[in-house]
Amino acid sequence: MKLKNTLLAVLGLAFAASAAHAQIKVGVTVSATGPAASLGIPERNTVALMPQEIAGQKINYIVLDDASDTTTAVKNIRKLVSEDKVDVVLGSTTSPNSLAMIDVAAESQTPMISWAASSRIVEPVDEKRRWVFKTPQNDAQMSTAIVEHMTNHGVKTVGFIGFADAYGEGWYEQFKTIAEARGIQIVANERFNRTDTSVTGQVLKLMAARPDAMFIAGSGTPAALPQKALVERGWKGKVYQTHGVANNDFLRVCGKDCEGTFLPAGPVLVAEQLPDDNPVKNSAMEYIAKYEAAHGKGSVSTFGAHAWDSGVLLQAAVPEALKKAKPGTAEFRAALRDALENVKEVPAAHGIFSMSPTDHLGLDQRARVMVQIQNGAWKLAK
Amino acid sequence: MDLQIALILGQDGITNGSIYALLALALVLVFAVTRVIFIPQGEFVAYGALTLAMMVNGNVPATVWLLIVAGVAVAVIDGYEAFKAGQNRRLPAIFGVNIAYPLVLLGALKMLPLAEMPLALQVLATLLVVVPMGPMMYRLVYQPIAEAPVLVLLIVSVAAHVAMVGLGLVFFGAEGYRTPPFSEARFELGPMMISGQTIWVVLASLVLIFALALFFGRTLYGKALRATAINRTGARLMGISPALAGKLTFFLAALIGVLSGVLISPITTIYYDTGFLIGLKGFVGAIIGGLASYPIAAAGAVLVGLLEAFSSFWASAYKEVIVFTLIIPVLLWRSLKSHHLEEEE
Repeated sequence: MKLKNTLLAVLGLAFAASAAHAQIKVGVTVSATGPAASLGIPERNTVALMPQEIAGQKINYIVLDDASDTTTAVKNIRKLVSEDKVDVVLGSTTSPNSLAMIDVAAESQTPMISWAASSRIVEPVDEKRRWVFKTPQNDAQMSTAIVEHMTNHGVKTVGFIGFADAYGEGWYEQFKTIAEARGIQIVANERFNRTDTSVTGQVLKLMAARPDAMFIAGSGTPAALPQKALVERGWKGKVYQTHGVANNDFLRVCGKDCEGTFLPAGPVLVAEQLPDDNPVKNSAMEYIAKYEAAHGKGSVSTFGAHAWDSGVLLQAAVPEALKKAKPGTAEFRAALRDALENVKEVPAAHGIFSMSPTDHLGLDQRARVMVQIQNGAWKLAK
Repeated sequence: MDLQIALILGQDGITNGSIYALLALALVLVFAVTRVIFIPQGEFVAYGALTLAMMVNGNVPATVWLLIVAGVAVAVIDGYEAFKAGQNRRLPAIFGVNIAYPLVLLGALKMLPLAEMPLALQVLATLLVVVPMGPMMYRLVYQPIAEAPVLVLLIVSVAAHVAMVGLGLVFFGAEGYRTPPFSEARFELGPMMISGQTIWVVLASLVLIFALALFFGRTLYGKALRATAINRTGARLMGISPALAGKLTFFLAALIGVLSGVLISPITTIYYDTGFLIGLKGFVGAIIGGLASYPIAAAGAVLVGLLEAFSSFWASAYKEVIVFTLIIPVLLWRSLKSHHLEEEE
């Protein structure tokens, strides 16, 4: 009898506590395994460092793995919005996954902050994309940085090779538009798969076009394969990569073949080398300190920082949304969406966010730097 | 497209094709003897490559722990059965092979300066660690259901494949590795740059194929396997143990898989889940051979490699589509050519 009473008391307390402390549920789907795992793992690690409490509300993170698989990502977001009734969804790691999740976010009227780069995730802001935000820089911003660097260094013709998926396709379209506006010609356009073991055919075609520079649009370690094949075939010219390769595993796999490669990146990658008056330096260093305290020196990657930035956005938006509604309701989700759309000048790891009804990314030119690989490390390119 | 490019692509295709050919042979062999469609074949490629990569980096490969766990499981099952049958004389051998051997191997790996060893020794150690998993896998996974229909065996194969990929992620992490090449030599042959590694791959494949031919043609065990492939019941009546045939087949399949992995890991970055796709392309080759003919399977696999190389040049975005679409005309042609036989169940 006594035991029963105790149990009832404990249960009662538990209910009372949960009623008093309504908690905000944050659903996360991340590619912690599969081809995009090198991006997903630091992101998953970062979720553990994100704010546990915002404006007195406990934040409850529900983290699911989608194995870099689009179908699983959609399954995950369905589960998160229908079973767990989350207030906001974060993720997924890759563009194909995030694009597929948009429909579910819109129909369940749940705000979603993607950690993937493709601009098509948030552009144009329409009925569906009203609910979708993202933290990584647009391909267009990064393309501009690359094209700028190319024109400054006398590059007139470019050979392009990208992933045979949304990532490579998106980059090609963006890059082509900006490059041609600046008078740079794309003389070869090739594709390869993340899982390929050989890119000889594509590389031969690239070399045959004799461009001034090569541009590889891939993310993570698979992007090392074309570069290694190019060097093997005797390519001596400039090579550009995208910010999708900005992690230490890429340096390890690519080794000396990637010496001298140029890529655009979020300032967090070279935060320590930034001048002190850089507006992003402090907020980027904050993330680096937190992550390295948990995972060791030199463990930080730009991808984890994208996840961190979604936490920063929540930190800014949740207090506003709480003024309008209670967590766990449709009103709160709508209020949170409105609040996210109205964040202004929020310093984060990758830049300064200022969203608007037409801009669901909110980053400007302060969110990118050009970086060169020198002696197996990232160096801020002047 | 000129001759030079065609030659380079041909070389690339033949290099990849010889690996696919080896895997196709292993798949045909396993199917012929045990009726198992051996989907985890590709995992042995990845395990081999990544185990070697771990040693090159001076770590004790995590796969040795899997070997120990599998060995203990096999020893318990076999030991219990021997004990029940009153064959206590067999116990020392069972425990020696399945428990003592992996433990001795673990001790040796912990003692040896792995990173400083010559590559040949590292490759040998890789073989010693990963290949015994083949027969153990047969004992644990397939032997209890050896008489099941082909479809059940296929479903179990899928399960084994998924389990091995998952374990691979735990053992090796999400990132890929490359290993140093066997030889840094490069030969200029007209317009072609032939790397020593390419020659290694093609020669090793040819030697292996030749050795397999000798094994099946000249040795008692090889003939026993062939007999089992032709008629399981008949072979059994002649005193050939189907369990032994199965274990021996899986030993050969694992050996071929691991060797393939070791051969290609200097050429490309291998990830924990790379094996599946390589195995699948070997499977396309095996299908061309109708899962029955070794020479046609090998030729088909080389064709797959060549098709892949040339389609990556012509239409790189559609490369995988082109390669896997190849299966459809082949299946059509085979079904028109052969009389449809009901599966004997």
